[in-house]
Order: sequence, then C-alpha cells, then structure tokens
Amino acid sequence: MPRVTFNGFTGEARTVEVPVGTTLMRAATDNGVPGIDGDCGGNCACATCHVYVDPAWCGRLGARTATEEDMLNLAAEIRSNSRLACQIILTDALNGLVVSLPEAQH
Amino acid sequence: MKPIDSLESAALSTAAGARAAALPLEELNPADPQGFVDDTVGHLFERLRREDPVHRSHSPVPGIDGYWSVTRYRDIMHVDTNHHIYSSEDGITLMDFPPGDEQKLPMFIAMDPPKHDEQRKAVNPIVAPANLQNWQSLIRERTGKVLDSLPRDETFNWVDKVSIELTTYMLATLFDFPLEDRRLLTYWSDIATANKLTNPDAPEPEVRMAGLRKMLEYFTRLWNERVNAPPRTDLISMLAHGPATRSMGAAELMGNLVLLIVGGNDTTRNSMTGGLLALHDHPQEMAKLRANPALIESLVPEIIRWQTPLAYMRRTALADAELGGKQIRKGDKLAMWYLSGNRDESAIPEADRFIVDRERPRQHLSFGFGIHRCVGNRLAELQLKILWEELLRRFERIEVVGAPTRIRSSFVRGFSHLPVRIPG
Repeated sequence: MPRVTFNGFTGEARTVEVPVGTTLMRAATDNGVPGIDGDCGGNCACATCHVYVDPAWCGRLGARTATEEDMLNLAAEIRSNSRLACQIILTDALNGLVVSLPEAQH
Repeated sequence: MKPIDSLESAALSTAAGARAAALPLEELNPADPQGFVDDTVGHLFERLRREDPVHRSHSPVPGIDGYWSVTRYRDIMHVDTNHHIYSSEDGITLMDFPPGDEQKLPMFIAMDPPKHDEQRKAVNPIVAPANLQNWQSLIRERTGKVLDSLPRDETFNWVDKVSIELTTYMLATLFDFPLEDRRLLTYWSDIATANKLTNPDAPEPEVRMAGLRKMLEYFTRLWNERVNAPPRTDLISMLAHGPATRSMGAAELMGNLVLLIVGGNDTTRNSMTGGLLALHDHPQEMAKLRANPALIESLVPEIIRWQTPLAYMRRTALADAELGGKQIRKGDKLAMWYLSGNRDESAIPEADRFIVDRERPRQHLSFGFGIHRCVGNRLAELQLKILWEELLRRFERIEVVGAPTRIRSSFVRGFSHLPVRIPG
C-alpha cells in the first residue's frame, strides 16, 4: 500500500497509507487530513483539492489534462507544481509521495 | 417551537403534490414562477427525477419557449462540466432576450473560453482565501452592528433588516462603494434581474434600463477615479488595473458589474433568510446547533444546498448530443435545475431532509461545477458563518412569526418578506 505525506500550510505533516488505485484526494478525505475539501467528489469539476507536489515527484506524475488545467484556473496561487489531488491515482510507484497544501481551498 | 402555518402549508403541499402527479408529463413546466411563489415546484422535480429526468417542456412565455429540464445530480454535473458542448454564450437564464434591453449585457458568466477565463482571472484574487482573511474582522464588525440595532419584542422583516442590509454592506465593502449610497446596489441588483414577462410587478423595461444606465454612470465615475490612482484591493480598482479588464467597453463593464452585484447580493441574501426559515421549520436541528455551535461549519453548506438561491443555470447545445437517453439538438437550450439535483436521493443521502451535521455537506450543486463555478463561494460561506456565529452569541430565541413571501422568479429562489420577532 502506497504511503503519502501531506504537509499542512502551517507546517504539520500527516502520512497516510492507502490501497493502490485510491486518488490522492480520497487518501486525504477518507483519513480526515484537513485542508482538502473535494467538493465535487472527484469529478475534476471544482478546484478544492488543490495541492503542490514536492518538486522531486513532479516528473513521475504525468501531465495535467486540459480539464485539470481549466479547473486549476479557479484555484488561488497556482504554481508550476500545482495539481488537483483527485486526478492523481496512487500506485506503488508513487509510494513516498510528498505534497504540500495551500493556505485554503478556493 | 411549532412551525407557523404548518397545517396550511402541508395542505397546500399535498394538493400541489397531487396536481403534479395528475398532470400529463408533457405539461410539466418547472420554469413557471408560480411554483416558486407557492414553493410547490419540488413536487414537479420529484416526479421528473423519477419518470423523465431529462424533460422537454414548452413555456407559454415568449422568449423562453421550448427548453430541456435536467433534473438529476449526475446529468447536471455532466452538462456543467462539458462546456465545449453546453455553452454559456447565449445567456444563463431561459429568457432569450430580456425585454426592452438595447443589447445583451456581456458578462463573463455568459461567456465561453478563452474570454471567460481571462476576465474571471481578474476577479478571482479578490475573493481568494488569503484575501478573505483581511475582510473577516470588517465583516464581523459590520454584522455585529447590524444585529445590535435590530428591534426587540416587535415584529420586523428579516429580509430587509438583516439579509439585505448585510449583503449590501458587504458589496459596498468589496467595491469600496460610498456606504451612504449602499441601497442603490440593492436597487440595481433587483432591477437587473427583474423581468416584466414573468413578473407583472417588475418595473417597466424603460425604467429598468434607465436605472441600469444610472448604475453605469455611477460606476464609471468610481472607475475613472481609481484608474488614475495607484492600484488598491477593491474590486473596481482591480478591474480598472487588470490587464484583461482595463480596456472593457461600457457595455462589458455594466455586464460584469451586474454579474458581481447580483452574484453577491441575491444569492447570499436569500441564503441568510432561507437558513433562518429552515432552522425554524426543523426545531430539532436548531436544538443541535444551539447545543454545539461548532456545527456552523456544516450548517453553512447545508443552508446553501437547502436554499439553492439560484434554482438553475441555462446552457445552449453547440452540437447534437445525447443526454440521459434523450437526443439534444444543436441550438437547444437546457436548464440545469440545481434545486432539483440538490434533492436527488441517488447522489445525496436523505436529500429531502435538512441536517445540520450532514456527513458530506459540501457536495451540493448550488455553486455549480466546472469552469463557471461560483467565484465568490468562499466569501458567501464566510458571511453566513459569521452571521450564525454572531446570532447564536447574541440571541437565545429568534422567532419566525408568520409565513414567508417568496419572489416570483424561477431563477432567483428567494424571499421578499419574513416576519421575525426577537424577544428582548
């Protein structure tokens, strides 16, 4: 089971372990990690699961889709490592993934 | 606390339910505003979700005519997120052309990409979470002032004294608009959505356009002052200095102002009234909230779901498409009935119940989904959160002492009057 670490905006970190195939968004919401809302339930239809991917991992996640690009426009403070967590599916290859949370979801 | 007029409204509701069940399917026309005035449209939606979830109606109102009603949560999500097929460019209400309008007002909610994206981006930062932190203490202070000035032991109209006053204050704050003139914003918001064809009490089209021209003059003056001054954080200054918006023409400026004024006014205003009414109608939920004010976190999205202050958004098909087993033709218009999707049991457990500690309260359609999702959603939530924190802190009882008067509109789902009394 892949492990993933969420670094909160004010510094506190949470590491959770989830079954292969879980989205990064669900990994947070199912484990009560604060800071990820997931209002649309994982349809890439809002931007409330915005995360910043640790630069070391950016190359291993694949590219954003056009829809994800569209929806990221709704988020605050988009950076080159911004992703929507509902679009990242966790696999063993992503074991150890580290992401940081924005100040709040918009 | 016993809900007032509960017998009368239960009788009305049963009769309306029987009527909705007896009508031939093809006669069901949810856009008829009467169903919103008497709050019986829910029966139509309940039947449509079950029997004909993507439903073709004909409205007798010229300018509306034929349209599709999309009533299930998942189909609404599909339409809302497929903006390449379902366009906003022909407008967001079913009426094709507001009567008496010299031209259609261009506003980013009624645009497709790429222009939509550019203009929205100019507005986005003002209502971003970091910026909201700065507004918080000002909203709380102004909310407290309004609540402290409410009459005690006497019946007053909650809509006017609380909902309109607070949302208008907020808009004036966002625009850095002269506070003493703030009720002009309310008036402009009201006339911007007024429609003589569906509401006989609406102002004449000439009166309406004259009012909107006054609005444009007023804002043009503020714009000119701010475009020549260093950039500030109010919305007009942001638009006047934003690369995507600083060269807007007069019509586009008016359109986007109408959008921000209506978007920030009619919506939250009606959630402020609808929330009090919902808690009054569900005394056990009010008791839960009183016992645990931390539930305000989930109360706020639940109020927004329950009220659904914008009952639908319109889209227009850019190509033939299939939706819920129906053949949509290029050029057809569709109403995504958020009000119906928000009561869809197949997507929201116990959707017909108002539950202040609901498990996933944020998964509702009231803000829309996809690229047009409400830009001010976090601000709306913040205003409601502060309102309920300050209400619970101040008043042990808030009594709804009569039935509400609802607005004659199938688009803005709201109230003009709610009699309330706060024991002194």
